Amino acid sequence: MSQLAPEKTIDASAMKVSDEVAIQISDMNKWYGTFHVLRDIDLTVYRGERIVICGPSGSGKSTLIRCINRLEEHQAGKIVVDGIELTSDLKNIDKVRSEVGMVFQHFNLFPHLTILENCTLAPIWVRKVPRKEAEERAMHFLSKVKIPDQALKYPGQLSGGQQQRVAIARSLCMMPRIMLFDEPTSALDPEMIKEVLDTMIELAEEGMTMLCVTHEMGFAQAVANRVIFMADGQIVEQNEPKEFFNNPKSERTQQFLSQIIGH
Amino acid sequence: MSDYSYVRTDMLPQKEPPVSTVGPIGWARTNLFSGVFNSVVTVLMLALVIWILVNLLSWVFTPTWAAQSLSECREIIAALGKEHGACWGVIRERWIQLLFGFYPSELYWRPILTLILLFVAMAPILFSERVPRQLLYVSAAFPFLAPWLMWGGTLWLPLMVAFGIVIGYAVLKVLSPVIGTLGGTLAAIILPILCWVFAAGPVAQGLHGIIPVGIQGVESRLFGGFMLSVWIGVVAIGISLPLGIVLALGRQSDLMIVKYMSVGFIEFIRGVPLITLLFVASTLLNIFMPPGTNFDIILRVMIMATLFASAYMAEVIRGGLAALPRGQYEAADALGLDYWRAQRLIIMPQALKISIPGIVSTFIGLFKDTTLVSIIGLLDPLGLSGSIRADANWNGIVWELYGFIALLFFLSCFAMSRYSMHLERKLRTDHR
Repeated sequence: MSQLAPEKTIDASAMKVSDEVAIQISDMNKWYGTFHVLRDIDLTVYRGERIVICGPSGSGKSTLIRCINRLEEHQAGKIVVDGIELTSDLKNIDKVRSEVGMVFQHFNLFPHLTILENCTLAPIWVRKVPRKEAEERAMHFLSKVKIPDQALKYPGQLSGGQQQRVAIARSLCMMPRIMLFDEPTSALDPEMIKEVLDTMIELAEEGMTMLCVTHEMGFAQAVANRVIFMADGQIVEQNEPKEFFNNPKSERTQQFLSQIIGH
Repeated sequence: MSDYSYVRTDMLPQKEPPVSTVGPIGWARTNLFSGVFNSVVTVLMLALVIWILVNLLSWVFTPTWAAQSLSECREIIAALGKEHGACWGVIRERWIQLLFGFYPSELYWRPILTLILLFVAMAPILFSERVPRQLLYVSAAFPFLAPWLMWGGTLWLPLMVAFGIVIGYAVLKVLSPVIGTLGGTLAAIILPILCWVFAAGPVAQGLHGIIPVGIQGVESRLFGGFMLSVWIGVVAIGISLPLGIVLALGRQSDLMIVKYMSVGFIEFIRGVPLITLLFVASTLLNIFMPPGTNFDIILRVMIMATLFASAYMAEVIRGGLAALPRGQYEAADALGLDYWRAQRLIIMPQALKISIPGIVSTFIGLFKDTTLVSIIGLLDPLGLSGSIRADANWNGIVWELYGFIALLFFLSCFAMSRYSMHLERKLRTDHR
């Protein structure tokens, strides 16, 4: 795994964790058929936290954050996001989804729409923002991810790193209070990983509540306030990054860390 | 330092490709004369094409346009010293009939106007970027205006049919918040149909009695020729696409009843030949109707052709839906779009684009299948050609009639095919 040596210094002044609860997961269980993917998950995320979730593949880390905006349905336990409990009530689900931004491993931009249309679609149709205002907002966030000049192109004409930054901008246009990142850099070339991570660091500096499934341990060390290690559908260890990397407690964590860092 | 160590000091500029690989000469060399065998084949095929063309053109170009009968044609051809030749007199005498059937000749302006309106109504849908959006009003009015122009009668009937749609829309808006989306949608489908079947006719007659507005009626048995094919084809094509989309979505639905009704419908219709359905339309359907109802035969055929095409359409569109990556659904969900918005804005535009070749193939197949109505006694061009050949003057004519009909169909289908290619090019956004 590539190491991010943070070249730019991180401005941590706005990175404050409040004691307001953003996400409360209690006793949550999920099965795929008879396979028990998530086991007794308890997790409280406070507003302003930057949490990195790591673990071997198949450990359920992606499934966990996909449960938070109910792309996956949990069968037991409770998930409360921004005070709204996720049940089969479609209205609540759509409300949570419009408050929680998500960035996918494979970007999932809409290939039949221009970059600008990708960014304005949800604000116009879900938030009922007037078109002109939505476009101004989209241009604002596109400049923030440093690709305002690509606004009228189609996703297929952009590089992977640019597409992922558009995907981040698209989520931000909905003014989410929480951002989920599902392996945002795993499908990218090494030189593009940095540009996406820089964007994510900027987002963290502004105090966004973030949950990132990633293997970028440099990013975790630089930005996260908490690292969660998952294996076999369970949270095995969580700690602040310094302790987590320098002094892992469980054997499973030590083994994992030695595999991804010590080569 | 080792032997292979090397550093480039000057970068190479771009050069022109060799002349023999570009331009017409390069093309001919790579495609026609690449090697001895290919050169021989090229020359032989060229000779074959020329031979066919010479014979065909000498058959086509004969001065028989004015001939009154097949025997007169034969005399003209014999006088030229030719053995074979086309007899175009039959087309001169019957082309109007092949186009319009027995539609009253003083009312030909009505199908012609309908055709012109059809093009005007299609323009904003097919070429949205080149025509003003206001034309969409014509598109909206066309489904009500066209049947009235074709069949004539009182203007109140199409107005009543339009009124049924207004009722459906009102019911959807009022009821769905009260009894839920599914119940509201069902009511919005069933009520207008009840309104059309039971209320539209009598009310329109009543209103016509008070304020008579209308044009001369034309009976369905007078419809015929290419006009009939186009009329059935346009209606079936126009309705089968939305119906197919609904069926394809129904087949993927999580709602058990909707899913199995869609699957059952699609599998049943696809498992039965169109001819069977047409026979059902022409004979069996009357048994199920209340006695005394006169359900128009062309309308019945249109319904059957539409249902038949929509089952195929549903499967073509399902293919497009299946080709979309799951991530597209997830991204739409994650942005908070609800089911219908996600379908309309994200899923369908892409699925339909993928399905364009299949959709247009189904359209073309459907349009050609309209000739099957000749089997249940409707006078489409093929049905008419039988009666023309039964005429003593033209008994024995085959190629000219069928050639003419084939030309009509070819032009229509080729136009559809070219349009679909244009559309595919226009919608290509992936790599350009």
